[in-house]
Amino acid sequence: MPPALQAIGITKRFPGVLANDHVDFTLQQGEIHALLGENGAGKSTLMNILYGLYQPDEGQVWVKGELVKISNPHEAIARGIGMVHQHFMLVPPLTVTENIMLGQESLVSATRMLGRLAMLDRRSAAARIRELSRQYGLAVDPDAIVGDLPVGAQQRVEIIKALYRDADILILDEPTAVLTPQEADELFVIMRGMVKQGKSIVFITHKLREVFAVADTISVMRGGAMVGSLKPAQATRELLAEMMVGRKVILAIDKAPARPGLAVLQVEGVRVLDDRRHVAVDGVSLEIRSGEILGLAGVQGNGQTELTEALTGLRRVAGGKILLNGHDTTHATPRQLVEAGMGHVPEDRHKHGLVLSFPVRDNIVLCTYYRLPNAHGIELDYAVIARQASELVRIFDIRTPGIETTAGALSGGNQQKVIMARELSRLSERHGAQNGAPLLIASQPTRGLDVGSIEFIHRRIVEARDAGAAVLLISAELDEIMSLSDRIAVMYKGHILATVDARTATREQLGLLMAGVTPAAARPGQREGAHD
Amino acid sequence: MVKRTSALSDALQLAWVRLRRSLTTILLTAFGLVAAWALLNLVIGGQCDGKCVVDALAQTLRVATPIAFAAFCGVLCERAGVVDIGIEGKMLMAAMAAYSVNLFGFQLLQDALGPVAAGNVSRWLALVMAVASALLLAGLHAVFSIRFKSDQIISGTVINILAIGITGYMYRAFLAENLPAGPGTFPLVPIPLLAEIPVLGPILFHQKPLTYLMLALAVGIYWMLFYTQWGLRVRAVGEHPRAADTLGIDVLRTRYINTLLGGVVAGLGGAWFTLEAVDVFSPLMTNGLGFIGLAAMIFGKWNPFGALLGALLFGLGNSVTATVSIFRPDIPSQIPQMLPYLLTIIVLTGVVGRAVAPAADGQPYEKS
Ligand SMILES: Nc1ncnc2c1ncn2[C@@H]1O[C@H](COP(=O)(O)OP(=O)(O)OP(=O)(O)O)[C@@H](O)[C@H]1O
Ligand SMILES: [Mg+2]
Repeated sequence: MPPALQAIGITKRFPGVLANDHVDFTLQQGEIHALLGENGAGKSTLMNILYGLYQPDEGQVWVKGELVKISNPHEAIARGIGMVHQHFMLVPPLTVTENIMLGQESLVSATRMLGRLAMLDRRSAAARIRELSRQYGLAVDPDAIVGDLPVGAQQRVEIIKALYRDADILILDEPTAVLTPQEADELFVIMRGMVKQGKSIVFITHKLREVFAVADTISVMRGGAMVGSLKPAQATRELLAEMMVGRKVILAIDKAPARPGLAVLQVEGVRVLDDRRHVAVDGVSLEIRSGEILGLAGVQGNGQTELTEALTGLRRVAGGKILLNGHDTTHATPRQLVEAGMGHVPEDRHKHGLVLSFPVRDNIVLCTYYRLPNAHGIELDYAVIARQASELVRIFDIRTPGIETTAGALSGGNQQKVIMARELSRLSERHGAQNGAPLLIASQPTRGLDVGSIEFIHRRIVEARDAGAAVLLISAELDEIMSLSDRIAVMYKGHILATVDARTATREQLGLLMAGVTPAAARPGQREGAHD
Repeated sequence: MVKRTSALSDALQLAWVRLRRSLTTILLTAFGLVAAWALLNLVIGGQCDGKCVVDALAQTLRVATPIAFAAFCGVLCERAGVVDIGIEGKMLMAAMAAYSVNLFGFQLLQDALGPVAAGNVSRWLALVMAVASALLLAGLHAVFSIRFKSDQIISGTVINILAIGITGYMYRAFLAENLPAGPGTFPLVPIPLLAEIPVLGPILFHQKPLTYLMLALAVGIYWMLFYTQWGLRVRAVGEHPRAADTLGIDVLRTRYINTLLGGVVAGLGGAWFTLEAVDVFSPLMTNGLGFIGLAAMIFGKWNPFGALLGALLFGLGNSVTATVSIFRPDIPSQIPQMLPYLLTIIVLTGVVGRAVAPAADGQPYEKS
């Protein structure tokens, strides 16, 4: 049997970057092939070439034993290649059915002669979607508006979109980056089912656990080149990490026991409403002390986002009280909080963390541009700002052509490092300040990052703790929460169900709490709508 | 066969659901109309009787016509992600083109065809040329903003200024002197039978051709946007062009087509001024109605029916103004004349609820 998909000697240059350097890649029929690699290693570029979005500068592409030239996605689709992109390609205001049939619409046959003005046949499209949904166990409601769906469901819509086009080669570019571990496990069951039904799958991820859970073959890329391919039996986590990064990586962070000091953040009975004015945070109380990391675990959508926004001054607090170093900051503005020593690594780095069209240099002073030494009165001192930016780029090992490069041009991991550099440098600057210890609120700080970057960011967070900061870590990654936190609070439906000691907590215990099951009373777990 | 009927009944069912959902809007509108009438009578001392109301509503629809055309132009462009603030300029250009072609075409054809036939021919010819002239400007905007990715607001402004310049020059050079009489505007075309219905007849079915065309377009554009393949692709391109691109949809082509279609519709709106309203052209005669059309589009949340409703609201403001100035010459005319503009401001500050523009509105598409 010829390979489902084969790339030979693919080379792709972008201005100033060699994104793919003579890459060979073979996807056998009926396998799940995991593709690993650092941020910016060139994984998405290679896949975009196979899907016809980019044209290679050199190299050949073979599909099922046939040499082909794929010059646009249309041709890829015609050859049975489907792709779920790293950033979802869904149109939020449209329904699931509309999104799936877009570009390949079912039309009412009697109106076909109208050409483009032929009427959409939503009913038959929806029927086809229900059928696929049953066949592969992908629960979706064809009539739902995509923008209203949780990410897990949006992911399923993306997969059905590919299946709807009869794809038998599926490229999944970091499908699990935004999923909870449970959702990821569900996805793996679905992927296994698809392979049984004759599909071949390329699966890109940064999480080693997932590679061992689902892959038949593993390939690793680094710096635009293919480092090698191997079977899971021959691989270990350490080996893969080393292949990706090119050096030894310490996977388990070792940290000294916490030495908590005075209370830095005190939250008392805080209530917060979400955008639809429903109660999202219902009377949450917690305390974080100097020198400790409190992990906030929970399935996404249980109020963590709203709580974080309330703590950082981005959302109105509807009730309760927030104290920072003893001062009431319930209704403080973000600027006041920044001045009081709060650092914030936001959940969505594109929307809230960076100005993507600004250079790295300007992004690094986003919180401090207005004061000495960055500014004298209304005039910015670019010499000082540039010096400071270069220094941080060096310390935080931000891979960028220069400080003048726009933040949007960096890979995801390096964008995250820019934010980390900005927030952490500001905190350490405040050390010894008379108004108490700093507070770092970090939301999903390593989402979409490679093992090397994760190690780096984790180390920085622990360092900040050891230097006396109080840290609130919000993450959907249970592993991250468990390895970094000193105490773990589990949030469920707007409440904190329990706070446990991280040294004694187990995955099972936290998993149950996240599903809303308290040790005292077994409540029904939260599940997404079952499908018909 | 079975399939078609089911899809049709689906569509009808959907339309019915949407209608029911807009029931409150309809009721509020009716209430607003009655309230406006009561207030009006209060001001003018109860002199507006039934006939006066019917006249005012017919006038409302007439004045709403160019505003609605402008709004539809906006809907077509912005649903595909192109902001067009050059509607005013396009309408002005079309108004002038229509007037000149109507007048000079009539002079040329009069001897050969006789005055009646010449008038008919020249009017329709004028309409075609009005559309063509607006199309030209739309093409310019399309090339600027889609091909060269220039700022769409600036491109639109350039087109407005260009149109003012060209029409002003043409007016001074050719149209300001004493010209022979032209064939006049389109005559009223009462629709047989329907025009006889009391109240509704004289309001809806005793109008000129462009007004009917405008009403038909509201239905047509709505249908096209929400029920056809074309419409689905247009909406996808306006919301998330990259997603459309990955599915093999030609984003730039879609935008070109829609910007040009918008030009056609704006041309019809411009023709209204000199082929339906008055038989003269004067500089700046579109008087901001193109911009008010954009306000109507926002009021209508980028939906053709909503845009029509917005246009009617502005039309109503206008006809109330006219009525007041007839019955109360003592009130300075500037005061009632402010009404449509006040309405615009109130509408745009979001009284009607937050209107969300298509997500990619105004952003040039860069293929990666
Ligand atoms: N359209 C583009 N224009 C210019 N440079 C690009 C473009 N796309 C990617 N690059 C660069 O090519 C390199 C490879 O990027 P790519 O997106 O393929 O990485 P990746 O392996 O998918 O990383 P990640 O894990 O962060 O998604 C990076 O240095 C990136 O900055
Ligand atoms: Mg990628």
